[in-house]
Amino acid sequence: MSAVLQAKAIGKSFGGLAAVQGVSLEARSGQILSVIGPNGAGKTTLFNCLSGIYRPDTGTVLLDGKDVTGLASHKIAQAGLSRSFQNIRLFPEMTSLQNVLVGRFSRTPFRPMGALLRTKAWHADERAAKEKSLELLELVGLAERRDDWARALPYGLQRRLEVARALATEPKVLLLDEPGAGMNPSEIASMMDLVAKIRSLGVAVVVIEHHMKLVMEISDRILVLDHGEPIAEGTPREVRDDPRVIEAYLGRTEATVGH
Amino acid sequence: MLETLVNGLSRGAIYALVALGYTMVYGILGMINFAHGEMFMLGMFASAFALGALGSAGLVSVGLTLPIAILVAMALSAGFGAMNERMAYRKLRGAHLLAPLTSAIGMSIVLQNFVMLSVTKGKKDFPQSVSAPLADTRWSIGPLNISALQVLILGSTFVLMIGLWFVIQRTRLGIALRAVAQDRTMASLCGMKVDHLITWAFMIGSALAAAAGTMVAMYQGVIRFDAGYTLGLKAFAAAVLGGIGNIPGAVLGGLLIGLAEDLTTSAVGADWKHTSSFALLILVLLLRPRGLLGERVADKV
Repeated sequence: MSAVLQAKAIGKSFGGLAAVQGVSLEARSGQILSVIGPNGAGKTTLFNCLSGIYRPDTGTVLLDGKDVTGLASHKIAQAGLSRSFQNIRLFPEMTSLQNVLVGRFSRTPFRPMGALLRTKAWHADERAAKEKSLELLELVGLAERRDDWARALPYGLQRRLEVARALATEPKVLLLDEPGAGMNPSEIASMMDLVAKIRSLGVAVVVIEHHMKLVMEISDRILVLDHGEPIAEGTPREVRDDPRVIEAYLGRTEATVGH
Repeated sequence: MLETLVNGLSRGAIYALVALGYTMVYGILGMINFAHGEMFMLGMFASAFALGALGSAGLVSVGLTLPIAILVAMALSAGFGAMNERMAYRKLRGAHLLAPLTSAIGMSIVLQNFVMLSVTKGKKDFPQSVSAPLADTRWSIGPLNISALQVLILGSTFVLMIGLWFVIQRTRLGIALRAVAQDRTMASLCGMKVDHLITWAFMIGSALAAAAGTMVAMYQGVIRFDAGYTLGLKAFAAAVLGGIGNIPGAVLGGLLIGLAEDLTTSAVGADWKHTSSFALLILVLLLRPRGLLGERVADKV
């Protein structure tokens, strides 16, 4: 199967300092690709280039064979790429359901006249959007908090709500930036179960994650960055045994495991 | 005393309608729309022409002509609001804050001069066919003497505000507008066309201002190309007083400034009414720098 997301030789500099340089990646449907690397390795910058927050200086991004390099975020979202943030970015002053609906709207035709005249097609769209959103809340375990304010949810649930909202846009590719950040071990384990569930839905998942044990367990493939450059790419086993990785990354993290 | 209160509330309701436009744009863009007063003024002229045209077509029934005139004014101002956003704001997205502010002031001058040159630089009479019977019909309820026009102003303002509240809270457009106000980047990442939604915010605000313009025109009987200036300033003060970016705040601020003006007029004289409204603003800002409801980001559009 060919990769649904293909990024080739992505480069992005800030004030002459290369944050990301020559990074290529391929994400396949129904697989998890983890992007790892020490702090400042350029992982989030790479996500920003892929999702249209930054326009990459060099390289191309192909989504489902379509060139989306440098397009506005909403166009990339509509082409089938969705993401979460390391620091939670929900719409705090809305309910859980409304947060997911915002994602869902991108897949619902906008009918201002239909809304005014309350046409059948409009009613059907509204109902479908709501049903799909409720399904997603169910999937992430938030069905009972559908009418709670997003800001009032506990931290772990806010993270799960972000995932539900991202899924509402029906992504072919889902980028998750440290979905386990700030969570306790049992929350992380359940988040990783959710990620595995999303993989089984046929979504191509790209995860930035620091917890090495989980990364090794869950990933189909791993891309290792250091100082903005790719230093290894392969299966968890290949990456673990790669001497450059051990030198640049694993050697250092093993000393700090448990943070 | 009771009449002063009713007058103040009617005036305040008008300020509130216009203030809603300032507050919506601020809530979404974090910028002041300095051409917003002109949307009010354009509404006045649009409804005057609509009523004139309907009159010469032989339609005189108030129940029919007035709603048509208001809708025409709202639609026309919404169009100008969209144009204002496209020309003065969208091109300058990402530029320094002062750039769109300046271009909006330019837009305001262009629109005023357009009306001045194409219609009249003096006063224009507003068609009396509608407003005169409404102003002359008065009811006495106990000690209160109120005109049909005042009832109409209060009633339609109320309906428009409830309508806006419904749209913001309950509809897809409203949820989308709130999403853009709360996190524009994230809304875009969710696939929303943020630029379109910003245009919608301008259009809704402009339409409300045009409805307010029609009512003031009926009340005063004459309209001028520069009518949007003072009123825009008052409505802006109302939005800031209530906490700019906050929808209930705009309504509260409008009503308070309206009441302050009429209470001052009846207590010390009309000469002092502008002083009183801005004194109230300064006083409130000294005590609550973010306005009365300013900290509740909750209802920001």
